[in-house]
Amino acid sequence: MERVIEMTDESERDKSEQAAARAVAAGSTATTALAVAAPRSGGKPPRRSRVSKRTKLIVLNCISVVAGIAIWWILALNGFQFPTPPEVVEKAIQLWNAGILQQDILASLGRVLTGFLLGSAAAVPVGFLMGWYTVGRGLFEPWIQFFRTIPPLALLPLVLVLLGIGEVPKVFVIFLAAFLACVISTYQGVVNVDRTLINAARVLGAKDGAIFVRVVVPASTPFILVGMRVGLGSAWATLVAAELLAAPAGLGYRMQQAQLYYDLATIFVSIVVIGILGLVMDRLLLLAETKLTGWQERR
Amino acid sequence: MTMTTNTTTTNTATAKISVQGVRKTFQLKNEEFVALDHVDLDIADNEFVTVVGPSGCGKSTLMNILAGLEEPSSGHALVDGEEVSGPGPERGVIFQQYALFPWLTVRKNVEFGLKVGGVPKAARRERAEYFIRMVGLEQFADALPKMLSGGMKQRCAIARAYAVNPSILLMDEPFGALDALTRVKLQEQLLETWNREKRTVMFITHDVDEAVFLANRVIVMAARPGRIYETVEVDLPYPRTEDVRLSPEFGELRNRVWHAVYHQEPGTNAGTTSSSPTA
Repeated sequence: MERVIEMTDESERDKSEQAAARAVAAGSTATTALAVAAPRSGGKPPRRSRVSKRTKLIVLNCISVVAGIAIWWILALNGFQFPTPPEVVEKAIQLWNAGILQQDILASLGRVLTGFLLGSAAAVPVGFLMGWYTVGRGLFEPWIQFFRTIPPLALLPLVLVLLGIGEVPKVFVIFLAAFLACVISTYQGVVNVDRTLINAARVLGAKDGAIFVRVVVPASTPFILVGMRVGLGSAWATLVAAELLAAPAGLGYRMQQAQLYYDLATIFVSIVVIGILGLVMDRLLLLAETKLTGWQERR
Repeated sequence: MTMTTNTTTTNTATAKISVQGVRKTFQLKNEEFVALDHVDLDIADNEFVTVVGPSGCGKSTLMNILAGLEEPSSGHALVDGEEVSGPGPERGVIFQQYALFPWLTVRKNVEFGLKVGGVPKAARRERAEYFIRMVGLEQFADALPKMLSGGMKQRCAIARAYAVNPSILLMDEPFGALDALTRVKLQEQLLETWNREKRTVMFITHDVDEAVFLANRVIVMAARPGRIYETVEVDLPYPRTEDVRLSPEFGELRNRVWHAVYHQEPGTNAGTTSSSPTA
């Protein structure tokens, strides 16, 4: 997916260069005082070498994946107690047909999304309060700095005692993981907003409210999205561990059960599914990031 | 050609901008740094004044005070006879770093001041369109700043400042980051724009040629403490063409300003006659 994004970006840049060329042509004929647009002729490598580099990377990626699976397979056939790749696929189909895999995916995804969305939704306003108001920073910072040093999972025993073994404690630790990752990043984003942009808005007549909505929020969006990606990663990490402890269903729970019965194929299925789900969600966020923060200058 | 050092063309009563006995100090560790000391300056309506001086002479501080982004430690900064308190749309500011909002297109950038000022959409559009065309960016109205060259970014910033219809333009080394060719182009365009849309301009620069080429009057500042060192009237005719730039009169003025900037005697002014009459 990343590749596709890069490509579109590339073609956009080409378009802008064409536009620049057109403007130069227009400027030379127009009677009004048009400045000649300085065409960007920075030392860009020729197209062909870029494309071939990209193709090369894809080929290498494929080779790497195939080789990895091959090694896995060879190890499995030579006495290691791994299931072979076909056995894992077979198991996945079997679990799917029994409806178990779907059930687990839904259960896990539900927990991750709930915790992650609540965490991000809480982190953004808190991060803004911390970055914008000294009072907010003074009140929130000690707690956030303190809890940041504790892995959310370390709170699980306490949370289980206080909140029981239902859905709430699991969602809560995921929430905490996502919140802490995102809040720090949002705060950094607000603090780092370019003073010149704020001054520019002020001299154009913007008051505090308008500066906040029209300058601070968009300027810190890249930081928020990075925080959300980190938060998502830590939400997944927390989920699996939380499900290992107590859950009626879920990918982590399934692994725990499979472990009891020495069912390695099921463990492999769960691991692969978690990896794929995490990757897909991360790429979706990356896509959002590219859409929302494409205005950034890349140096 | 006349060349006077004693400016009596303006007085406080009619001055558009009046700086009276302004002093600005910053606390550095245990030491007080005097950024501006006893600065007196009057700028008439529609006058084009350039301020030139070595780094640390407080020229940017002076501009920030007029923009309302900083307050003087003592003394007064008046615009239209009223004390400056905070920024206002009647004073447009152009920054060296362009300060375009990178997430907005050229058009949206130019419309920004109108939008926060509550101008309805259609009127906003039309006004932005006019000023985008004035700076020759109509082909790029929907481009993001990252696609523009430095010169184009600064032209966009100029359009944005003009769009809110300020009577004063404060420009802080606007062409400082541009290459020499682009800079000369933009200087000519700025004068052309100023001829068409007259405004009171205070233009800060560290480039002696630029200071002389643009101005009715060049203010030379000195550092330690930041103060006005000499004032040079520029009696060259507008429009200022390449011929003006290459003329012997221009050369003489340039030499004079050059001397005032690069051969300052520490702790003095170049004769009391050179400072403004309120001193």
